[in-house]
Amino acid sequence: MFQDLLQYTFSGMTSGAIYALIALGFCVVNNTMGIVNFVQVDFVTLGGMLMFSCLFSAGLPVVPGLLLAVAGVAVVAMIVERLGLRPARSDNHLVLIFLTVGISIILRGIIKLIWGKNRMALPPLTPDQPINIMGASVLPQALWILLLTVIAIALLTWFFYRTSLGLSMRAVASNPTAAAVVGIPAGRVRLTSYAIAGALGGLAGVLVTPITTLNYDVGVLLGLKGFAAAILGGFGSFPGAIFGGLGLGLLESLSAGYVSSAYKDVVAFVVLLLVLFVRPKGLLGK
Amino acid sequence: MMSARDKCIYFISLHRTGLTVSLLTAALLLYPLYEDNPYTLGITNLIAINTMVVLGLNLFIGYTGQISLGHAAFFGLGAYGSAISTATYGLSPWPAMLLVALLVGLVALLIGVPILRLSGHYLAMATLGFNFVVHSVLLEWDEMTGGPSGFSGIPYLGVGDFSFDNEVRLHYLLWGFTLMGLLLSLNLVRSGVGRGLAALAEDETAAAALGVNTRNAKIKVFVLSAVMASIAGSLFAHCYTFISPDSFGIFTSTDMVIMVVVGGMGSIWGSLFGAGLLTLLPEVIGIFETYKDFVHGIILVLVLMFLPQGLVTGLVDMVRVRLALRRREAQ
Repeated sequence: MFQDLLQYTFSGMTSGAIYALIALGFCVVNNTMGIVNFVQVDFVTLGGMLMFSCLFSAGLPVVPGLLLAVAGVAVVAMIVERLGLRPARSDNHLVLIFLTVGISIILRGIIKLIWGKNRMALPPLTPDQPINIMGASVLPQALWILLLTVIAIALLTWFFYRTSLGLSMRAVASNPTAAAVVGIPAGRVRLTSYAIAGALGGLAGVLVTPITTLNYDVGVLLGLKGFAAAILGGFGSFPGAIFGGLGLGLLESLSAGYVSSAYKDVVAFVVLLLVLFVRPKGLLGK
Repeated sequence: MMSARDKCIYFISLHRTGLTVSLLTAALLLYPLYEDNPYTLGITNLIAINTMVVLGLNLFIGYTGQISLGHAAFFGLGAYGSAISTATYGLSPWPAMLLVALLVGLVALLIGVPILRLSGHYLAMATLGFNFVVHSVLLEWDEMTGGPSGFSGIPYLGVGDFSFDNEVRLHYLLWGFTLMGLLLSLNLVRSGVGRGLAALAEDETAAAALGVNTRNAKIKVFVLSAVMASIAGSLFAHCYTFISPDSFGIFTSTDMVIMVVVGGMGSIWGSLFGAGLLTLLPEVIGIFETYKDFVHGIILVLVLMFLPQGLVTGLVDMVRVRLALRRREAQ
């Protein structure tokens, strides 16, 4: 009984950590540009794909492979911002959001061209031997996911509170006009926010694809759950994204365990809708 | 005194909407005489169905300034509602369609009241979540919906012994409905209610200050657009006699919104063009099989980047600017 609960909690935290990473990526872009960046979805896929190429085509060891894959997605994200969003002639948010949907379709097309449509398997970071923690068996990959998520959040906190670029990004998030008045370069801030979003999405992809298997649209559902997590916590709030991610992950695994595994997504989304009915700005939203 | 030429131009500009609708109707009446290839007619029939949904959605997006990423859910509820009530429970198709549209309208009202308190990204997520729930139920509740393998054996629509069972007959049926939807939308946006809605889309606070009941207006348009999507869904089911949950997922919803955005938010004629272009596009670029997604995405991005106000409004503005420039040069 207790073991089951512990098992569900562990698996919920694992997927929750992934949702939190993706949700953070959504929040970073939203805070500087005020849009939902649907390309985030493909950053997740791309992370897994680049990791696959680093390991098997380039033959790199795991750690450089991971760093290179994450950096690669960040670079792609910057290209997306520079060539895809900056030339747009509109400040209508709906148009910009659908521009990201269009770019996401293009990116998915390119991924399909390069890596094909087949499902691929990515090995976990360390060999797969379940560890027993108080009667619940946990994959080492799950522990890696939790550890690296914590590290990523710590780095992000350091960046936003201790570096001048991070501080200027928070300035833009809190008041774009005032930030422009004091001379904060909007272009660089947007580019950085995309790079961070790409790195977070890429990391989520590298970490989760050994569990889910890898194909060209693996990121879509994960990405949308990440968006749901960001909304659940209050869109744009970093603690909200982490909280929302873990909440959504736990909700899913507990309802899969105790209610019905076929309807686990339904339960998760119905709870999301109920939360929004009661708190229209999310749990931690302003 | 106006010259005969000026009078003629004045007449045309005064009656431009009516004349365009009449021209379109005439073109659609004659079209099957010229084109009898069932494949081509199948595509234009699909355009008619998509236009129905997009018209309703454009009223919601363009005239209340809200976003819905969940209209495929209403489309799907309409389709499955008609399928189940006719094929499983043996209701006759026309009353079933009406009943289902009423029920879907009721569902839209029930979820619209709480959901439409949200705005922006929260509303996008809530409608997306609703679509997700409906899609999952269609997939999982297989004793009722047939599950992932779909629902077949839906009867054709008919009047007496006459049944709408081939592409030419379906052409008249579907475009008949779509033209009714088009007329309804064109008249609605020119009525007092429609003007209030347009104000709402521009600035909600200002519209409320001018006495538009914004909350009620949003809910009414949401219900209207859901009913239009439901009727389009019923027609879709009776037209293909087979449906599967794939047609009603979140990608269909985003496709519908893309049609609205590409055609032009708030442009009724844009709905027709957006639906037409994005339904034709995959067929036309089918020749580049491997690059299909790529080309689809590029076209979308280019339209949004260079004509962000939508194809129809964007091109009309472009022509106007050209004409104005030429007139100035002539002076």
